[in-house]
Amino acid sequence: MTMEFADKRQSGSEGGPSWNRRGIIRRYAGIYAALWRNSVAREMSFKANFLMWILVEVLWFALQLAFVSVLYLHTETIGTWTKWQVVLLIGASHLIQQVFQAFFLINCTNLSELVRTGKMDFLLMLPVNSRFVVSLRQVDLGAFVNAAWALMVMAYAARQLQLSPGFLQIAGFAVLCVAGVFIHYSLMFLLSIISFWTVRAQGIVYGYYNLFQIARMPDEAFSGAFRIAFTFAVPMLLVSNVPVRILVGKIENPWMPLLTLAMSVGCLIASEWGWRVSLKQYTSASS
Amino acid sequence: MKKYWHVLGIGIQHNLTYRFNFLARTVFGFIPLLAMLYVWRAIYAGKAQPEVGSYSLSQMTSYYLLITVVDALTAVNEDDWQIAADIKDGNISNFLIKPIDYLSYRLFLFFSGRLAYLAVAVIPVTLFVVGFRQYFVFPRDGTTLALFLLSTGLTALLQFFISYTMAMLAFWVLEVSTFIFIMFALEYIASGHMFPLDILPAAWQRVLAFTPFPYQLYFPVSVYLGRISGVELLQGFLAQIFWVVAAWAAARLAWSRGIRRYSAVGG
Repeated sequence: MTMEFADKRQSGSEGGPSWNRRGIIRRYAGIYAALWRNSVAREMSFKANFLMWILVEVLWFALQLAFVSVLYLHTETIGTWTKWQVVLLIGASHLIQQVFQAFFLINCTNLSELVRTGKMDFLLMLPVNSRFVVSLRQVDLGAFVNAAWALMVMAYAARQLQLSPGFLQIAGFAVLCVAGVFIHYSLMFLLSIISFWTVRAQGIVYGYYNLFQIARMPDEAFSGAFRIAFTFAVPMLLVSNVPVRILVGKIENPWMPLLTLAMSVGCLIASEWGWRVSLKQYTSASS
Repeated sequence: MKKYWHVLGIGIQHNLTYRFNFLARTVFGFIPLLAMLYVWRAIYAGKAQPEVGSYSLSQMTSYYLLITVVDALTAVNEDDWQIAADIKDGNISNFLIKPIDYLSYRLFLFFSGRLAYLAVAVIPVTLFVVGFRQYFVFPRDGTTLALFLLSTGLTALLQFFISYTMAMLAFWVLEVSTFIFIMFALEYIASGHMFPLDILPAAWQRVLAFTPFPYQLYFPVSVYLGRISGVELLQGFLAQIFWVVAAWAAARLAWSRGIRRYSAVGG
């Protein structure tokens, strides 16, 4: 019964009555829990490697912070952004990136491998929503540890700035961070499904790392076509700048947070459209 | 020697099949570079005096343009991953029974990879430099240019030997990528990729002078810009040659130690 229903959902038909919908949520929660258990078992069988990857990420994070300290040896502000505000920005950007990494990144980068080896056929045949299982198959547990570091750095920077954000500010920050995670996920997913067309799309996927670097720079430094492109086309300048602006009280009008939310929804829709188009023309690599 | 020229030819052909990858990598690589230039422009705009360290805005811009050029000429692309994979998968057994030296073989593959990369990257890099031509300075004279090319060549060798040595870790550990990424992070900040090293406080500069990192990128760029001269220039070249030889010796040593272990395991 549920299997039939899942099949219908996959082909895009509308959901059934509410009691059934609750059953679906429970079913998917169950599947996701199983995927988690699987990931934990996988990570724990290479403990030293697990710790080494955390060290790598910590080092890269420290490097960003060191870079900012060097910049602020020579200047007081970048635009209106002071040193500790930029530290807060780098922390928030790292937090968003790590949460994205925890849930989605490996799955996106693995997509071309799934196509190349023909494992995609197997996943498509499973009686669950195929995008769900492709996007969330593995969890990167180390990324949660790194997200915690990012939060600590942010807390320290907030102390230096003597910030005491109210509940609304923190809630707004959290909502916009989630929007940022979905922007990263949607764009990365769109890039990854290029591998349906050219199987070796690794170069494109790793190119996304370069975009992360924009997300942690203060938006006021940019102008002209660059700023427009990375606000309205690839909204990297919204992802972490806008949530931090809320925390430090740099928001003059509501259009920036609203734009961020709208871009997040827009990116999700675009990625779903891309997914459907590429599934339609998918011909298995193994046959 | 002839066999190694064959390696070069085959390597170029093989690498050119990845031309789309190379193009994507170069073009995507410009995005953070552009962002960096914007950030510096904002810093200069907010300052009373027009200099950071001893750099004016246009000198800072040409610093980053040259970093991009030297990086395209000398960066190790996938060589370290491939070497580690060769060791892990046992492909090096093929080389042990053939009259071919693995280090030389890989060195020629590295050169071929750089040539193929340049063949693709020369178009976007040139377009980019032309776009910023008012900031692009030419070397002061022919000697400077010759010294720049010499130190860029030494940089390429240093980059390769260090990567090769890192990849040798695959004889001892199962997963070398974390070690490679840690090294890459150190190189990224300490070689001058993120900012010119002489805007650092003097104490840090003195510490860095004892590491090979400045000679992996910063040194040839400073030579080009004419920021080093006289005794310092000579010392710099001696230090760079010292690090190339040291990295080469480390690569040889790691290989001979690793091979002993490899045969012991493979029995």
